[in-house]
Amino acid sequence: MGSWNTPAELKYTKNDEWLRIEGAIGIIGISDYAQDQLNDIVFVELPEVGATFQKGQSFGVVESVKAASDIYAPVSGKVIEVNTALEDEPEVINADPYGKGWIVKFELSNPVDADDLLDAAAYAAYCDSRQS
Amino acid sequence: MSYIPHTDVERQQMLAAIGVTTIEDLFEAVPSAHRFPRLDLPAPLSEMEVAAELQALAEANEHAGDFAIFRGAGAYHHFIPAAVNHILLRGEFYTAYTPYQPEVSQGTLQATFEYQSMICALTGMDAANASHYDGATSLAEAVTVALEVTRRKRDKIILSPAIHPHYRAVVRTYHQGTGVRIVGDAGRADISDLTDMLDEHTAMLAVAYPNFFGRIDDLKGLAQKVHAAGALLVMVVNPMALGLFKPPGQLGADIVVGEGQPLGIPLSFGGPYLGFFAVREEYVRKIAGRIVGETVDQDGKRAFVMTLRPREQDIRREKATSNICTNQGLMALAAAVYLSLMGKHGLRQAAELCYHKAHYAAQQIDALPGYQVDQSKPFFHEFVVKCPRPVDAINRHLIENGIIGGFDLGADYPHLQNHMLVCVTEMNTRAEIDALVQGLKEAAND
Amino acid sequence: MTEPLIYELSAAGRRGALLPAIDVPETALPAELLRDDLDLPEVSEMQVIRHFVKLSQMNHAIDKGFYPLGSCTMKYNPKFNEDMARLPGFALLHPLQDQDSVQGALALMYTLQTWLAEISGFKAVSLAPAAGAQGEFSGILMIRKYHQERGDTKRTKILVPNSAHGTNPATVTMAGFQAVELPSDANGDVDLAALRAACDDTVAGMMITVPSTLGLFEGHILDVIRAVHDCGGLMYMDGANMNALMGIVKPGELGFDVMHYNLHKTFSTPHGGGGPGSGPVAVGDKLKPYLPGPVVEIVEPASDEDDAPLYGLRMPEKSIGRMKAFYGNFGMHVRAYAYIRIHGADGLYNVSRHAVLNANYLRVKLRDTYRVPYDRICAHEFVVEGHFPDVENVHALDISKRLIDFGVHPPTNYFPLIVPEALMIEPTETEDKATLDNFVEVMKTIAAEAREHPDRLRSAPHTTPVSRLDEVRAAKQLVLCCRPIPEWAE
Repeated sequence: MGSWNTPAELKYTKNDEWLRIEGAIGIIGISDYAQDQLNDIVFVELPEVGATFQKGQSFGVVESVKAASDIYAPVSGKVIEVNTALEDEPEVINADPYGKGWIVKFELSNPVDADDLLDAAAYAAYCDSRQS
Repeated sequence: MSYIPHTDVERQQMLAAIGVTTIEDLFEAVPSAHRFPRLDLPAPLSEMEVAAELQALAEANEHAGDFAIFRGAGAYHHFIPAAVNHILLRGEFYTAYTPYQPEVSQGTLQATFEYQSMICALTGMDAANASHYDGATSLAEAVTVALEVTRRKRDKIILSPAIHPHYRAVVRTYHQGTGVRIVGDAGRADISDLTDMLDEHTAMLAVAYPNFFGRIDDLKGLAQKVHAAGALLVMVVNPMALGLFKPPGQLGADIVVGEGQPLGIPLSFGGPYLGFFAVREEYVRKIAGRIVGETVDQDGKRAFVMTLRPREQDIRREKATSNICTNQGLMALAAAVYLSLMGKHGLRQAAELCYHKAHYAAQQIDALPGYQVDQSKPFFHEFVVKCPRPVDAINRHLIENGIIGGFDLGADYPHLQNHMLVCVTEMNTRAEIDALVQGLKEAAND
Repeated sequence: MTEPLIYELSAAGRRGALLPAIDVPETALPAELLRDDLDLPEVSEMQVIRHFVKLSQMNHAIDKGFYPLGSCTMKYNPKFNEDMARLPGFALLHPLQDQDSVQGALALMYTLQTWLAEISGFKAVSLAPAAGAQGEFSGILMIRKYHQERGDTKRTKILVPNSAHGTNPATVTMAGFQAVELPSDANGDVDLAALRAACDDTVAGMMITVPSTLGLFEGHILDVIRAVHDCGGLMYMDGANMNALMGIVKPGELGFDVMHYNLHKTFSTPHGGGGPGSGPVAVGDKLKPYLPGPVVEIVEPASDEDDAPLYGLRMPEKSIGRMKAFYGNFGMHVRAYAYIRIHGADGLYNVSRHAVLNANYLRVKLRDTYRVPYDRICAHEFVVEGHFPDVENVHALDISKRLIDFGVHPPTNYFPLIVPEALMIEPTETEDKATLDNFVEVMKTIAAEAREHPDRLRSAPHTTPVSRLDEVRAAKQLVLCCRPIPEWAE
């Protein structure tokens, strides 16, 4: 069994993003599993505030020394804030992927298209299944 | 002949170890109908015989070793200190490959880092990559960077018609599949005509410095106009001219590209050359190709390594912005050795010699009946001569007198029929220039 | 052992190269256009020589030792070729001279085009591409233009096996196509069922490496080609591995429509620490009008047998255009010409035979120590897994770094992506049996060390000028230039 943290209150994607819904706002980051797989994160490419993304569309990139991984929108929405602290300290994602390591805030499209996202238990099982 | 060391005995031992009888047994997976075709090639020769054959081919060319040459147009005959070639012939450099394993590649890595540093110093830019194939492909890659920086929301690029015709052709080749609109270079647009084309769809505007005709255009205020439109300013530069003239970084360029051949690389009929590529710091992560960075090893010792690797095709695959892998590593080394040998004063001196000799030649030619040189704008080491007769007729006369004349501009620029682009470098003695002038005089009414 | 940066050797007023005094009247310089300073080093010639010689000594190279870097074909680079490329008639030849004055160079290029067409079984060759990746790019652009000229504009996809070099999918994107990845089957070949399912009228073509990046001759290559042709697509062969095929099979005869060569692999032109390469592209009749140019053609046939024809540079009729300024990396063409001329047909056939013999010898000698995932007769290279079931935390990277201590350049690591902990080994034909046997012994020693002294691997290399590097720091702090660049005011 893996030892990755998967907070129960979040939704997850099979691309390893997480989503926290707070009213009309969605906060998005990458999971503990994703940061562990990437290892030392050295760069995050953030989208422009005001840009809109459809569910499943790539809106940024997380880079380690040996890999680059697209970040896909778990839901459709418009970027209202990006975590600019990551520009100087991308390693925050390694240290605190669900807290200080958040990446963007979306103003969610209405209706919210989050029904097919994974819950914590399903996502944890999915992470384990990839470590056979 | 052979560079294959196997003896018959060894071959048999190896086949036995594999468990087959003949080498041919190793190819059974190849469709039998197509296996072992005959190759219709000439019979093999010894090194001595091939040398004679190649020497004969080489001697069938009229080259800058035997002729006084006044042709540039993107490839230049400059002095190359002997030491450059001696370093290039170090097997440790030229028989190594891309420094994937930094612990056994510090030589290549540090030399590349020094090359990048010298390109930054020369251009006044913050960062340079380890090279592209040549000046033309560097420009094509600059277009990609501009499109990426503007996040593929802008699809128009403006090219000055005074950029080398081959470079503009290569940009069109590279971008024929991606829906980019290339404008500006169809007619005779000058800098202000080009800035009039800037709009909210424009990703970049590119000018040459000096331009293809050797002139230094007045670029004051250009960067502000380009930036005000939200576009990038790309400058195509001749590195030898930068020994003398203001660096493009100071003129506000965002991306600087150019042909590094003048920096210690022989003419070699057009290649291998060296595409250099430099950017302002904020665009570093958008550039293609190898980049070497400084770091430390486990013991804290300074060391060098390829960095920003995830941009590259071997990691990023279909999401990479360029497929470049092998670049022009050894040519970048040549440039680093050349710039070290020439140094702060030598490059300036070479550039000044080019300038003075070219101006002397321009004045002498302009004084000839039938010839005209437009000297109203500053120029570096190339200038346009209006001739009384077709350029190829004049060049035929010159070559009979041991001179390779200027480049005929008529094919690439229809309004410049009978116009010759003359290049003079530090390699041309006064006697050669005077012979050129005399030859042109004779050719006027030959 | 480290070496200062060349700038750190600089002292004000010191000179390297000297230039002649000016021999013409001076013209006033345009003061307002001049730069204030030129921040280049000030060093003597001997300092430059010692500096770069010391740097060179920090490199591993073919001239120093075994370099089994898979897919790169690090064979011996004959010294003779270097001399030939430096003949003044080649090295001092301007690319824009009049046709009559460059007939020797054009004859050489024409002949090389002919030979490369013959070796690959194609109809025509362009020497224009500057490297393999550019050859690929030109090939896919030709496929694009071919379909477009036929009004067949719905073909937007190029199929690429998941074992492909990264350049393949990157090329597809650059050319404006969408890359569609195909799985491999249990034998390491393209999964035929998946291929057939993917083949429809939106497929412009397929890129495939032969032999594959696993070093295997595709078991059903003719079926693959037929499936793609049947849906109207064209077949691109990545010729990176042609060192296995000379005189063995002609890709053009198998039905491929286009392929590129890497002269710096197959024909021994040096890799130069990362180039220059040269990537000529070969095509059949269908794509001949689309070749990148210019190409060399005979513009006036020879009047009699003793006479030479007149050669000229021409753009093919529907050319995709220029790939670079001028005509390709001519200096590499000279070297490849020398190499082919010295070998002849039998010599090249022998090259490929021995490249394959050497690889299979190493494969059988190593298979008991390292897992060979697709263990069948291989071509010029093969892939092993660089880890051991009974040892934790020893990776392909550790084995690679430990090899360095034994004077061997590591194989290609972590490629192809479909093999875990891949080590891709390509010995080439120029290595002798003793070198191969030594490599086998070293690999066995390392496998034993992995069990007895794993830290020896994890902390390797121990014998190099620097130990393992802090790559995270390099990527985060980004020091790419050692000089302060002024803050230019706009």
